Amino acid sequence: MSAHISSVKLYIAIFLALMVGTALTVAAAFIDMGALNNVVAMGIAAIKATLVVLFFMHVRYSSRLTSMIVGAAVLFLALLFGLTLMDNFTRPADFVDHTLFDTPPASSTAVTGEH
Amino acid sequence: MSSTDHTGDLSAAHAGAAHAALPRLEHHFDSYEQQRETASLGMWLFIGQEMLFFGGLFTAYIIFRHLFPDAFAAASHHLDIRLGSFNTVVLIGSSLTMALAVRAAQLGRQKVCGWFLIATMVLGVTFLGVKAIEYHAKYVENHIPGVTQFHWEENFHGKQIPQNQARIFYGLYFAMTGLHALHMIVGIGILLWLLYWVRRGRFTPDNYNYVEGVGLYWHFVDIIWIFLFPLLYLIGRH
Repeated sequence: MSAHISSVKLYIAIFLALMVGTALTVAAAFIDMGALNNVVAMGIAAIKATLVVLFFMHVRYSSRLTSMIVGAAVLFLALLFGLTLMDNFTRPADFVDHTLFDTPPASSTAVTGEH
Repeated sequence: MSSTDHTGDLSAAHAGAAHAALPRLEHHFDSYEQQRETASLGMWLFIGQEMLFFGGLFTAYIIFRHLFPDAFAAASHHLDIRLGSFNTVVLIGSSLTMALAVRAAQLGRQKVCGWFLIATMVLGVTFLGVKAIEYHAKYVENHIPGVTQFHWEENFHGKQIPQNQARIFYGLYFAMTGLHALHMIVGIGILLWLLYWVRRGRFTPDNYNYVEGVGLYWHFVDIIWIFLFPLLYLIGRH
């Protein structure tokens, strides 16, 4: 059995879908949707990434084992984000020493941020 | 027992093509399909750890953007959205030519494959060229932390943005796009190596695994940019 060979038409259709996604991302960035701006931008990026993974990277036609490795990678990435941010976002506001970062603009000496 | 015993008729098949450096079917695989799946599975494992490698930088980005939303929006405003969009189109275009190169290899059309690889490299170099123009602009503006005396004097929507907060955005910008660009440079190097083999006609529809593997790597680098572009260029534009 040989590998699945996608048609040129499919590859061009995916490319065009990615171009539309890029145009939508740029257009959406200029509309004020509050916190939704991030959701929309990352949502479109996730859809674009999924298209690349499924069709350009052939995961749609690969074995279940390959899909499992891809899924595991995404899971560990989610763990990295999830657990780190769960810790970081639940700390008291004074956890960060803001004096390190709140120097006025264009101050004469560089603050390295070291204690 | 002679060393050729366990390779059986395969080594005989190779004897006819003594110049062929790439074995069509390694003796430890049962079939071409198994060999192909093993190759792409190994590549996916590598990509999995690459995802976590970049993941650390993305985590840092989320934490600092959460701390300093205004500074990130203001500093993002100083990036050239037109060059960023242009590069996004160029890189996705290079993914298309890479996918078509793999397809040509699957069909055994090595000449076509070679030309698509060259197109991919040209687009990759174009991306890096535009990136160099952007980096130079940042150099002139003194917005590269650690290279020049970082200078920031900015109000954003009436708010004063502390210099050290803007410095963190640019630190992340250069770390993330720099690591991405490094992957592109490595990718172009691997493409050159691949082109050498394609030109020598070393791939067949049964074994084009090197082409597929390089393709997976190139598409992965494209995906990283798909996330970097909105995160770095497009925040606080409204």
